[in-house]
Amino acid sequence: MTISIRSVEKKFGRYPALNKVDLEIADGELLALLGPSGSGKTTLLRTIAGLEFPDEGQVLFHGEDVTYASAAARRVGFVFQQYALFKHMTVAKNIAFGLDVRKGKDKPSKAEIAQRVEDLLKLVELEGLGQRYPSQLSGGQRQRVALSRALAVQPSVLLLDEPFGALDAKVRKELRQWLRTLHHSINVTSIFVTHDQEEALEVAHRVVVMDKGRIEQVGSPSDVYDAPATAFVHGFIGESVMLPVEISGGAVHLKGRPLDLAAEGAAVGASTLFVRRHDMMIGPAGSGTLDGDITHVRSFGPVQRAEIALAEGMATIEIDAPRDRELRVGDRVGLKPRHYRIFAGG
Amino acid sequence: MSAVAQRHRRATDDPAWAKVLVIGTVLAFLALVLILPLVAVFAEALRKGVGAALAAVSNPDALAAVKLTLITAAIAVPFNAVFGLCASWAVAKHDFWGKSFLITLIDLPFSVSPVVAGLIYVLVFGLQGWMGEWLLDNDLKIIFAVPGIVLATVFVTFPFVARELIPLMQEQGTSEEEAAVSMGASGLYTFWRVTAPNVRWGLLYGVLLCNARAMGEFGAVSVVSGHIRGLTNTMPLHVEILYNEYDFVGAFAVAALLCLLAVVTLVLKTALEVAQPDVRAGRGGH
Repeated sequence: MTISIRSVEKKFGRYPALNKVDLEIADGELLALLGPSGSGKTTLLRTIAGLEFPDEGQVLFHGEDVTYASAAARRVGFVFQQYALFKHMTVAKNIAFGLDVRKGKDKPSKAEIAQRVEDLLKLVELEGLGQRYPSQLSGGQRQRVALSRALAVQPSVLLLDEPFGALDAKVRKELRQWLRTLHHSINVTSIFVTHDQEEALEVAHRVVVMDKGRIEQVGSPSDVYDAPATAFVHGFIGESVMLPVEISGGAVHLKGRPLDLAAEGAAVGASTLFVRRHDMMIGPAGSGTLDGDITHVRSFGPVQRAEIALAEGMATIEIDAPRDRELRVGDRVGLKPRHYRIFAGG
Repeated sequence: MSAVAQRHRRATDDPAWAKVLVIGTVLAFLALVLILPLVAVFAEALRKGVGAALAAVSNPDALAAVKLTLITAAIAVPFNAVFGLCASWAVAKHDFWGKSFLITLIDLPFSVSPVVAGLIYVLVFGLQGWMGEWLLDNDLKIIFAVPGIVLATVFVTFPFVARELIPLMQEQGTSEEEAAVSMGASGLYTFWRVTAPNVRWGLLYGVLLCNARAMGEFGAVSVVSGHIRGLTNTMPLHVEILYNEYDFVGAFAVAALLCLLAVVTLVLKTALEVAQPDVRAGRGGH
């Protein structure tokens, strides 16, 4: 199912949670809404689900206006952050809930419901646990029950709010890969909210980066990582070094000293230089490099990590270098960015 | 201190003298204001032997008082259970204009003197009251009759169930309800299948407290009852009448029976807490 969000606005009191948000979601897509807390990502998801209603704008499902349609009418499957399983019902009853509530000829027979529950338990690899209660399951198992409960109603879209937020790191990793495989096999349009960039970049086809109720960038994981559209995206995704610079006469200046970097069409005036930490190359100090003194060297694993205090005193940069490279505390070195971007503003 | 005692020490443990002082103070107070009177009630009741006490309790007026007390509780408690469930559901799961005012209203019976509560009903339903003439014309008796006693009891026990359930429901949040609604459940279905089962232990706890208060209420009931022996006397009122007539054995025998009813309630409450440790912690569990 295709979903269109058209200039949706939503305020909680005076606090704008969504600010003129536009988004097109393709049929069968696996989309991540990524952003820090308070960025509006969960509000956007809940607006799509029909659990929140926008103040302005429209939500369309397959071109049909569902802006103020109830959650039930939209046939969405929603997976809650803390699972929201019904504590007093067995796993099987939880999964069957969406079918049990149906009335008249819409309601499948008891045998059909039981069969569907069995199939779903198999799909989420929880066969034989149907008679357990949620409290008798691990976090990862509960998450999968929540997912199969949402899938039981054969939703036209699957919405997941921080699906792995409450799980420990190892289970998270497993479930991530599993979610991608599952999406591939059932092919339902799916949207998940996360504040974990690794999760978004690893699982999703497309990533929507949000901040302060606005969409900053929409793109493939490699787009948002390699070609961040805004300063916020660059700072939020990956580990970035940010330095205040001045652009004048087509050159980049750091505290008045020209750097050996092209301004690449950046506007004249105060700007910020963004470099990924792993794009910093270490070499001899000299004209045009970011010069600094090594203050710390630690060796572990395949690399050694050096802390370099910039001579201009504005930052300490940690960089990784091969272990065979000789780095000593007190040495003066020069850093040269392999890739970088310049965004206007200090 | 021995090595074993040292090992079982906790960082927050206080010195021994402090423990003895605090626990001793609590026990002394309990003995003075609770256990001593309780023992006195039973001792006085049995002063002239078990036979005299039983005779006082099985006297027709006493039996009528017991019956009226049980009837009153049997009406007031279910009424307040239903009201409390509805009110807490509205307050905890929904946002609406005037919500904090409603919470204040629910708390009102806690802050108003029971005597005032009784007087309010006399003013409204009494012979000289606002509705007095109309009630007389239609041959309806509320004040100095059973309906008035039930009304007064409902009033004073109003907050018990709601107050127990509101924090419980607030803590449970609304995501289970949202999940139910998103799967197509109606509001009523969601309430009966999701909300209510999650609070059933809290509800039972609130009902027990409500029941204890309903059986023991004196002030409000005293104002609206009229103290007609065998007709409008509840157990606490009957105790007072017998006491005023210097029938100490009778008064204490009925009081002892009232105590026993309260003890049964407390035993049930404790059993509930033992069986369901989550009740007091505010979680429903299953």
